[in-house]
Formats: sequence, structure tokens, C-alpha cells
Amino acid sequence: MTSTPFRPRDWSSHPSFVDPRADGYRSSALRGPTKPLIPIRQSLSELTGPVYGHDSVGELDGDLTRNGRRNGEPLGERIVVTGRVLDENGRPQPNTLIEIWQANAAGRYLHKVDQHDAPIDPNFFGGGRCITDSEGRYRFYSIKPGAYPWGNHPNAWRPNHIHFSLFGPAFATRLVTQMYFPGDPLLALDPIFTGIPEAARDRLVADFSIDVTEQDFALGYVFDIVLRGRGTTPMED
Amino acid sequence: MALKQTPSQTVGPFFAYGLTPEQYGYDLTSVADGAVRDDDTAGTHIRIEGRVLDGRGDVVSDAMIEIWQADAQGRYAHPDDPRGSNAGFTGFGRQGTGTDLQSRFRFDTVKPGVTEDGSAPHVSLIVFARGLPSHAYTRIYFADEAAANATDPVLSQVPAERRETLIAQRTDTSGVPTYRFDIHLQGDNETVFFDV
Repeated sequence: MTSTPFRPRDWSSHPSFVDPRADGYRSSALRGPTKPLIPIRQSLSELTGPVYGHDSVGELDGDLTRNGRRNGEPLGERIVVTGRVLDENGRPQPNTLIEIWQANAAGRYLHKVDQHDAPIDPNFFGGGRCITDSEGRYRFYSIKPGAYPWGNHPNAWRPNHIHFSLFGPAFATRLVTQMYFPGDPLLALDPIFTGIPEAARDRLVADFSIDVTEQDFALGYVFDIVLRGRGTTPMED
Repeated sequence: MALKQTPSQTVGPFFAYGLTPEQYGYDLTSVADGAVRDDDTAGTHIRIEGRVLDGRGDVVSDAMIEIWQADAQGRYAHPDDPRGSNAGFTGFGRQGTGTDLQSRFRFDTVKPGVTEDGSAPHVSLIVFARGLPSHAYTRIYFADEAAANATDPVLSQVPAERRETLIAQRTDTSGVPTYRFDIHLQGDNETVFFDV
């Protein structure tokens, strides 16, 4: 068979495994691999990956304003987030599963180990998923997540963010990332965000869009995602 | 090349209700879990289990492991595998390390077949964790495939003294053939990670 390998992970775009800065992302110090990665030729094992279809996404999975309701509406600012998933060659990535999770409007995760004393919202779950259409487009509704404190350094606060997990067409294109909001003063102070090479940081900040904003309902944000694309040389085997 | 890659970010400590909800008892269906096979899946039923350890040798209880593998005949459940797939076997598993008392991940699956000439049976694996800003790729090979391992093109690229970090040891403690695969993120025994 002939298939074209993916371009390598671009390490001028991704944060390094161990944050080298003294005031950086502290927990990477004991967790990031320190030996050089060993390059391998991409085989079928890397060029294939799990396949999900539209049947993987339930009716309410893409609406976080509704999928956790118990006795009313979740509190906070409703948002709609949309964008396209493309590869480096600009090709839309259809049928790509996107999983999302986030804190509620008060900055509290539903997760059992979150000890922040901000209130839990009984009507907000904070997890969901959606899948891209034939043009690589996705859309979900949610509540704007709040900032929350964490223990990295004194008075450390994570900026507002939504976690994203994407598959793309292969195991090699797997990506887990975070979407941030424009104008957040905490971005410049956040070692997870600033651990990204400077030129690449803005790619994780969504754009506010009045065109995406839905009248009387939700503020609109646009966040496009670029996964690894195939190179130009087919691999023969 | 028109566009630049979107940067990776850590999965963080609170991924469980989004990515592994059923395993952790949250009210959302999971897209994958530790049960990669079912009772009827063709092939040798095996279990793969292990822990993730940090640079101090402490277990990491908030990591998430994903595996991707071929079926018992070496076929991937993906349209780019021209041999077609074993219906019902997705080959994909996902487990957090936060629900087991010993912080183990555990996959019930089948022993993968040979995916291409010259390669040894293997399982692809990704580690995600709080403290890992980008995910790390590795592979699991099997200790009872010594002859095939000796000619595997990927293992051959690994310095001989580090190959052992990629070989799961057979333990059979649970009634099914069980392979133990501990992942050392750092240290003298640091697991080999690949630039895939």
C-alpha cells in the first residue's frame, strides 16, 4: 500500500516536556521525559487511528447549557464556540471527534479532586463532545468558564479556558489543548499558556465574533484548530 | 504548507468527567474505556496493566493512557488498512490512573497480530498527564515474542540498553495472560518515547 506520512510535530509550536524556566510550569519538572525522542518511520500503526462517526455524539452532548440541567438553567454567560478543524495543508478535517471539558462560571470543576471553594452549579456538568461536519466545522454551546486558583506559585490563577481533545485522521494527529478567551489579563501570567513558544501562543486564543453571537442568547467565539498534515512524499511499503 | 500546528496543552488534573467519565463515575457515556475487547472477540485474550512513575519514582495517579492496536490478525479498524477490519474490535482503549488503589491502568484486549512484514506485535500508546505539556508516544512490545522483537524495525532504532523499557513482562496473576508495562516518565529507566 501507499500512504503519505504526516509532517512531524512542530516543536516550535508545542510546549517542551520540561518547562526550563525557574518560574515555569512546576509539575513538568518531574514528569516530562528528559531523553531525546527517538524518531521512527510512520507505519500503519501511526497512520491509522480510532474512527468515530456522528453516532458517537448524543443529542445534547454539544450543548453544555442543557446536558447538565437538573432543576433550571446553569448560571453564567452563555457562549457559542465554533470553528474549523484543518490540517497544515489547509484541508478540512471532517468527522473528527472533539471532546471538551471546562470549569463552571464560578471557576469550579465538577471533578471530585477540585478543592477550590467556589460553588458547584447543580445545572452545569461541564463536559461534552461534538464532531466536525464535511467542511471540518464544529459548534457547541456552553457557559463561559471562570478563572480559578491553583498551586503552581503564590497567587497563581488559571485564565478562563476550555479543554479540547481531538483525534484527527490518525494516532499521529492526536491533540489535546486548551482554548483561551481574548483580552484575558491572566494569560501573560499563566505558565501553562506562556510555556508555548511565543509566536504560537495566539493560536490558542479564540476570537470574539458578533456574527457568531446569537441575538438574545449567547456570545460567539471562533476557534480554528490546525492538526498535522500529510507531507508531500508518499511512503512505499 | 499553509498553516501552523495548533499548540498542545496539558490534559490537566480534571480530565476525568470529560474523557473517562464512566470509569470515574460521572454521568456521561465514555467513547472508550479499558475494555477494548468483548467476550467474543477473536484472538488470544490478554490483559495489559501498569503504572506511570515520575522522576522520583512516585506513581502518577492523574495520568491518562490511550492505546491503539491491530486485531489478532494484524488488521487496524481504519479505512487506510486495505485488509479490512475485524468488525466490532475498535483497537482503541483509554484509561485514567485515578480509580485503581495502586494507580494502575488496565486494558482487557487481544494480543495484536503482525501488522506488516518484519514488525513484531505491538501496541501504540500515548501518555497524557497533568505536568505533561505535550503528550508522549511510546509502544508496548511483548516479552514472549523475543524472536520477532529481534528483527522489529522500530525496536532496532532504539539503543540496545533502552529496549527493555518497551517490553511488557508476562505475569499471569489474574487468570488471563497478563502483561506488565510500567511507564517511567524520567530517571535511569526512562521509557523510550518516540518522535512519531
